[in-house]
Amino acid sequence: MRELTAELRQGVTIPRPERPRRILTPDATAAERVQSEDPIRQPPEDAVFRLQDVGLWYGAKHAISGITLDIPVNRVTALIGPSGCGKSSLLRCLNRMNDLIPSARVEGTVEYHGADIYAKSVDPVEVRRRIGMVFQKPNPFPKSIQDNVVFGAKVNGIEGSSREIAERALKQAALWDEVKNDLKMSGLELSGGQQQRLCIARALAVQPDVILMDEPCSALDPIATLKIEDLIRELVKEYTIIIVTHNMQQAARVSDYTAFLLAQEHGLNGTLIEYGPTNEIFTQPREQRTEDYITGRFG
Amino acid sequence: MANQSIRLRAGGAVARRQLVSRASRYFFLGATVLGVSILLFLGYETIVTGASRLSLDFLTNYPSRFAEKAGLRPAMFGTFWLMLITIFTSIPIAIGTAIWIEEFAPRNRLMTIVKINLANLAGVPSIIYGILGLTIFVRFAGMDRSLLAGGFTLALMIIPMTVIASQEAIRQVPPSLRDGALALGATRWQAVRYNVLPNAIPGIMTGTILSISRAIGETAALLMIGGFTFIRFDPGPNLVDFADPAAFLAGLNESFTVIPIQIYAWSIDSRREFQANAAAAIIVLMVGVMALNLLAAVIRERFRRN
Ligand SMILES: Nc1ncnc2c1ncn2[C@@H]1O[C@H](COP(=O)(O)OP(=O)(O)OP(=O)(O)O)[C@@H](O)[C@H]1O
Ligand SMILES: [Mg+2]
Repeated sequence: MRELTAELRQGVTIPRPERPRRILTPDATAAERVQSEDPIRQPPEDAVFRLQDVGLWYGAKHAISGITLDIPVNRVTALIGPSGCGKSSLLRCLNRMNDLIPSARVEGTVEYHGADIYAKSVDPVEVRRRIGMVFQKPNPFPKSIQDNVVFGAKVNGIEGSSREIAERALKQAALWDEVKNDLKMSGLELSGGQQQRLCIARALAVQPDVILMDEPCSALDPIATLKIEDLIRELVKEYTIIIVTHNMQQAARVSDYTAFLLAQEHGLNGTLIEYGPTNEIFTQPREQRTEDYITGRFG
Repeated sequence: MANQSIRLRAGGAVARRQLVSRASRYFFLGATVLGVSILLFLGYETIVTGASRLSLDFLTNYPSRFAEKAGLRPAMFGTFWLMLITIFTSIPIAIGTAIWIEEFAPRNRLMTIVKINLANLAGVPSIIYGILGLTIFVRFAGMDRSLLAGGFTLALMIIPMTVIASQEAIRQVPPSLRDGALALGATRWQAVRYNVLPNAIPGIMTGTILSISRAIGETAALLMIGGFTFIRFDPGPNLVDFADPAAFLAGLNESFTVIPIQIYAWSIDSRREFQANAAAAIIVLMVGVMALNLLAAVIRERFRRN
C-alpha cells in the first residue's frame, strides 16, 4: 500500500494526503484532538463535483440539506456516517439516480466539471454514462459474464469486439484470471465478491470518469473486501472514486478525503459535519461528533 | 444433575400450535382432493360420453341434422381464425399498455384511477363485452357478424386481464436489474428491452395464455354478436387467399361459428346422440387448450434458460 501511494504521487502536482498511521482511540490525549478552525476543508485539487447547498426531499421528508462539498479529481473520497444520515441519498444525487424515485426532489446545485447536472438541458443518460455506480448489493444481470460486462458498453455504442471489451474491463477489475475460461457462464453463478467485481468491471467497460460505490464491500468477507480495496487504490490512478462505507478501517485504508455526515437529532435531515483529508479526520477531527463517531462512542 | 434429561416432548402451547398446524395440513389436502376429483369426474364423464364420436369424419364434416353425420369442421376453422385475430390484436396492445403503465407512466392520481379501472374491466361479465362488440364493431363500424368483429370483441374482453397479468410479471423483475442498467447509461427503453422484458416474459406468457384460454372457450360474447351455429362452409380465408390481400380480408369478413357455440348448440338439443357430439367437441377444445399451454411452457422454459 505504501509503495502504491508513492507510485501514485509521481506525476501528480498536488501531493496525495497522507493515509492515517492509526485511528484515534477513545483514550487519545487532548493534544491529539485539537479542535479548532473550520471542520470543513475543501481539497486543493481540481474538483470533479462542486456541490453547493445541496439538499434532497423525499416527498415531505427532508433527507439531506445544505451540503457544500468539492470532490477532488483522481482521489478516493469516502462518505461516512450513521445509518440513515443520507449517504446513499447524496451519492444518488451525483448521477441522477434519484430521478428514478418519483417522490425525490433535489435542491441546490451539483456541478460536474463546471456543468450543472440538474440543468433543464441535461440528459440523465449522458450523466450516468460518465458517472458509473456500483451498488451495495451485487446486482449482476442474469446473463453470461461477458454479456454482463459488455452490456453498458454496447448500449452506449462503444465500438469493439465484445470479447476485447470484456477482457479489458475484467482485467481492470482484477477478475480476469478467475473467469477467463468461463466467460459464457452466468454472472449469477459467481461468488458474492466476484459478482461485485463483475459489477465494477461492468461499470468500467462504459469508460466512465467517476465511479460511485455504495458500500461495495458490505456483503463480502474480509479477503474479498481487501481485493476490492486494492482494486480501488489501483483504479484511482485513472478514475475519481466516491465510496460510502460503514467500515472506519476501510475508509482509513482506502480514501484520501473523508466526509462525515450526520442526521441531526430526532431524525432530522442529514448534513455535512466535517470534511477533510482522511488522515486528519481520523487522527485529529475538529468536531467532537466526528470523533465520537469514528471512535465508536456514537449511539 | 448432569444427566437429568429435559422434557422435549411437545407440551402446553407447543402442542396446541402443532395441533393447529397438523389440522391445517389436512384441511388444505381436503380442498385439493375435492377440487381435483370433481375435475377428474367431469373429465371422465366427458370422455366416456364423447370418445365414441371422435373420428376423422367428426373433425372434417359440416354440421348436419343427423348426429352421426354432424362434424366440427366449420367451428374449428372459426375458432382458429378467431383466435389468430384475437391474439394478434390483443397481445401487442396489452403488453404495450402494461409496459407503459409500469415503466413510463407518471405516478399520479389519474394513473391510480386507470389502474383500478383496469381491474374492474377484467371483472366485467363477458356478455357485456358482447354487447359492446355488437355496438362498436358490428353496428357502428359496419363489420357485420364477421370473424373480425368477433376477434376484436374477444380481444377487448381479454385485454384488461392480460394487462394486469403482464403488469404483475413486470413488477416481479427485481428493481436492481433496472437500476443497474440505468446506472450504466442505458435509456429507459434499453433497460426495459434488455433487462426487464427478458425476465418478465415467462410471467407475461403465463398470463397471456390464461387469457387466451378464456377467449377460446368464450360463448356468451360471441352469441351476442351473432356467431352462427349452422354453417356449411369454412369460415375465414382459404389457402389460395393468402396470395391475394383482398380475398384474405374478405375471408376475415365471413360469418362464423366456433367450437364453444357448436358445443352449446349440440348440448341444448334434447336428443342423446347430440349430447355425445357436444362431449366429443369438448374433448377437441380441451386438447386445443392443452396444446396452447404446452406451447407457453416451452416458450417460458426457453426464456428461463437464457
Ligand atoms: N426512496 C425513499 N423514499 C423515502 N425516503 C427515503 C428513501 N430513501 C431513503 N429515504 C430516507 O432518507 C434518509 C436517508 O436515507 P439513506 O438511504 O440515504 O441513508 P444512508 O446514510 O445511506 O443509510 P445506510 O447507511 O443505512 O445505507 C433516511 O431517513 C431514509 O428513511
Ligand atoms: Mg445507504
